[in-house]
Amino acid sequence: MTYEPPVTDYDYIVENCTCAFCGCNCDDLDFLVKNGHVVAVRHACRLGASKVMEDLDQRIMVPMVRNEEGVLTEVSWDEALDTAAKYIAESIRPVFYGWSETSTECMKEGLELGEYIGAVLDNQATICHGPSLQAMQNAGYPIQTLGEVKNRADVIVYSGSNAMNSHPRHLARWAAFPRGYFRQRGRFDRTVITMDPKFSDTAKCSDMWVGFEQNGDYGFYNAIRAVIKGKKLQSESVSGIPAEDIYEIVETMKNAEFGTLFFGLGLTHTLGKQRNIDIAIKMIQDLNAMSKWGLTPMRGHFNVNGFNIFMAFETGWAFGVDFCRGYGRYMLGETNTIDLLVREEPDCFLVIAADPGAHFPNGANQHLANIPVIQIDIHWGPSTELADVVLPGSFISVECGGTSYRMDGVPIWMKKAIDKPETCRDDEWIVREIKERVFKLREEPNVAPKYVPNPGLGLLEKGD
Amino acid sequence: MEYVLKNGLVYDPANEINGEKMDIFVKDGKIVESLPDDVKVIDVTDKVVMPAGVDPHAHVAGPKLVVGRLYRPEDSRRGVSQKTKVERAEAGFSIPCCPTTGYRYSRMGYGTVCEAAMPAMEAKHTHEEIATIRNIDVNPLTLFGNNWFVMEYARENRIEDLAAYIAAFLRISKGYGVKIVNPCGSEAWGWGKNVHGYDDKAPYFDVTSRQVVLALAKANEMLGLPHSIHIHPNDLGHPGNYPTTIDTLDSIKEITKSTKKAAKTRNQTVHTTHLQFHSYGGNSWKDADSAADKVAKFVNKTDYMTCDIGQVTFDETTTMTADAPMEYDLFKISGLKWANKDIECETAAGIIPCIYSPKTPVATLQWAIGLELFLLIDDPWKVCLTTDHPNAGPFIRYPRIISWLMSAPRRMEMIENGEVHKWSHKRTGLAGLEREYDFYDIATITRAAPAKVHGFTDRGALTPGYNADIAVYGLNPNDFDPSRNPEEVERAFSWANLTIKDGQILCKDGDLVATKKPHDIWCDVKGWEEEEARICNEIMPFFTQYYSIKWETYQVYDHYLSDPIAVQALAK
Repeated sequence: MTYEPPVTDYDYIVENCTCAFCGCNCDDLDFLVKNGHVVAVRHACRLGASKVMEDLDQRIMVPMVRNEEGVLTEVSWDEALDTAAKYIAESIRPVFYGWSETSTECMKEGLELGEYIGAVLDNQATICHGPSLQAMQNAGYPIQTLGEVKNRADVIVYSGSNAMNSHPRHLARWAAFPRGYFRQRGRFDRTVITMDPKFSDTAKCSDMWVGFEQNGDYGFYNAIRAVIKGKKLQSESVSGIPAEDIYEIVETMKNAEFGTLFFGLGLTHTLGKQRNIDIAIKMIQDLNAMSKWGLTPMRGHFNVNGFNIFMAFETGWAFGVDFCRGYGRYMLGETNTIDLLVREEPDCFLVIAADPGAHFPNGANQHLANIPVIQIDIHWGPSTELADVVLPGSFISVECGGTSYRMDGVPIWMKKAIDKPETCRDDEWIVREIKERVFKLREEPNVAPKYVPNPGLGLLEKGD
Repeated sequence: MEYVLKNGLVYDPANEINGEKMDIFVKDGKIVESLPDDVKVIDVTDKVVMPAGVDPHAHVAGPKLVVGRLYRPEDSRRGVSQKTKVERAEAGFSIPCCPTTGYRYSRMGYGTVCEAAMPAMEAKHTHEEIATIRNIDVNPLTLFGNNWFVMEYARENRIEDLAAYIAAFLRISKGYGVKIVNPCGSEAWGWGKNVHGYDDKAPYFDVTSRQVVLALAKANEMLGLPHSIHIHPNDLGHPGNYPTTIDTLDSIKEITKSTKKAAKTRNQTVHTTHLQFHSYGGNSWKDADSAADKVAKFVNKTDYMTCDIGQVTFDETTTMTADAPMEYDLFKISGLKWANKDIECETAAGIIPCIYSPKTPVATLQWAIGLELFLLIDDPWKVCLTTDHPNAGPFIRYPRIISWLMSAPRRMEMIENGEVHKWSHKRTGLAGLEREYDFYDIATITRAAPAKVHGFTDRGALTPGYNADIAVYGLNPNDFDPSRNPEEVERAFSWANLTIKDGQILCKDGDLVATKKPHDIWCDVKGWEEEEARICNEIMPFFTQYYSIKWETYQVYDHYLSDPIAVQALAK
């Protein structure tokens, strides 16, 4: 890293802005604004700062529709929205995917449209922390806010997460370094353990690195649980970790006054997937018999948790909710985006604030190339190449206000700091416009003539 | 819109109207004295007419609800039904999603529900959920019982500062009143501990539950809030906990009720919630028995308290409370999936599925204790109908509870034919209780009393000038014996003939015909602005240092509130 002198040439500062990058949602940023652009960001990490400052890099500035030659060409907003609405209205199996980098206010519009037309609504959890959600449905979900960690925690475990790279301020603001109410000496009052096959940057600033074998997660946590329960290990090492080290780790964990496990995709996407999280959750539950422990998934996108929370209170399920029958259905492996795409079911795909072109498996993207794709985004990316309609949105937390939910579920109002480019529109406005146009184009399908209560409620029949 | 509900049999306990044949006039969303003869007539001849229901304590919106929904897809699946022209698709049984919650309350003739536990830090979330609910108004209570600032003020007996803090944080969180849950216990849970009894101290804070409760009660009366303190005492669900309950309530006798205007509606200085969970005798589940008689005796002789019951309904439900250590105790017993949600400097929460089976001794004991309390507390104005939704059962079971209360033969039948476990008569006095509620009593415990307890001056009665929140049920009490027809009672109260909210007909013959945005009700303390500003300044260094978010992002801005009603409390 080279030295960069501080920016002194700016018009004004906007304080307490929120970072719209990772699940940390740092809400203490100061934006330095000059000529209506953010020229410097104080307090943010390099990831967050560069996202905010380089907002015009590869920015999509105008609405576009793919013409008959297959080239994206600029059109008026009306034409772009009409084309998008037509694709959706004419489809029988639309999927609305993404949402993790936009506000809950925008999601509300999207859900209304999805319920109306009978779409599947899904977000990035389907390819990242889906196994975590699945595991919590199996085993439970003992969590705490990040301030609890800051004030109380004396043992921190990162597992399958390289926070120094993915959530750079996580250690600084909450987990390792800050002076909390009961941890006045900050870093010196805490033991940080990183469990990761890789000697990551997070491992480098930890007190203990547990480099278990790749795909050894489940076996390792199983051994830890056994030792917590007072069992003796039968083999000399488990998942490449010597038995005596496991005893030592368990001692540290049992003697914690307040411990927290942060886990990332290293745990969710290795062999065993949701079973790894299952056993990690159960380990935390066991530890609570003798100490106080909680966990938090290291959510990636700033509002990926927000979509799950939003969907849960609006519809009852967190992600992958299918409304094609006029009521919600949720079945992992059946109503999730990737599964739908590789089965070639969808006939229209709306992607908002996500980049499937970059992240989806090839088989899924191949189907995307065959069906109409509508993209709402601020930046040009691989998904733009797949898109038939491109609608330029605005940057939540910089150009547009909105609500997001941090990785620990704390809601944050992200205020607007500067104006958006004149030719762009707010995500919420775009989705609402599409919705209203679809309403005009197609009558609502799958409406029951009357309400029939689910027999599972055990209500008496209404009678005459 | 003007109309008259004609020839109904009106039960309006707030106005001492007991089954009189009367007309109710509605104009512009309000009830009025009279209207010209030519207005539209809605014929409700010989049907029961009551104010719309008021639920004084339920958990319907907020962060712990969402954890429940996130981790129990099986519960959401259980309540699914298809969308119609009027309503969105339903989902959920014990923790229905927000729109569904409103629809189901509306079909039962309810109009207002109190969300009983809102952590200030996640208040935005609670208000977002409230805005998604339809057809019912919601007043959320802010959690104060384990708040670090509150414990500090209580220890140092700084009542004025505490009052200013409450006023400021009701404004910041847009809360309606002061909720206390397992005072000091949820803070102890920060270290995996709990407090036991009323005089146990929170670790490090050197303050007892008694100090916290009394300080909050004094501050509440100093401000003259419309609602009294709303307390969930210590030791919930533990056999032998009734002395803690009585200790807690007895200590409130030293509190003088405020004479300020907003506090005038209510009589109480403390509302105790889900009393059933706090009325256990014995020492362990082996020898646990009912202490309902002792608790009810105490309630009967005191005039400064009210309660709701938290009646067990024999369902598979989801328990969720800010009493997090208790939820971990339940996990140790049942081993079902356990969720927890601690919130910095403020509170904690625990969630676990729970199966109340009539075949099991403990669930039956709890069921019987709840009914005993209903039947042993003499004055229906002191007791409200709740299941502490979803803790003891989902709110859609209120009609069934009403049928139990109205029918002693039905209760005896359940005990005698073995529908419920034998602990129902071996360990409680339920079998000896012959009292039956009448329609007037039911209207009291589901409408008039809860509205009075919460200090509402616009609902819970059919007084001219009040909101036209009205429910009509298809029963003719002059021609019908509820004691012999419990099933008909349950059916009638499950499917209101008419539910009217702010004058608008939302439900007709059990079917929704319209939906409506909720009012989000909060308490706006007037006259303490200077003190509020001073206290916010004082706490700011601590807040900045020890909270994990900024003050600016912490607050609930007005745009989060759906059609807000700011109930003013003139504190000076």
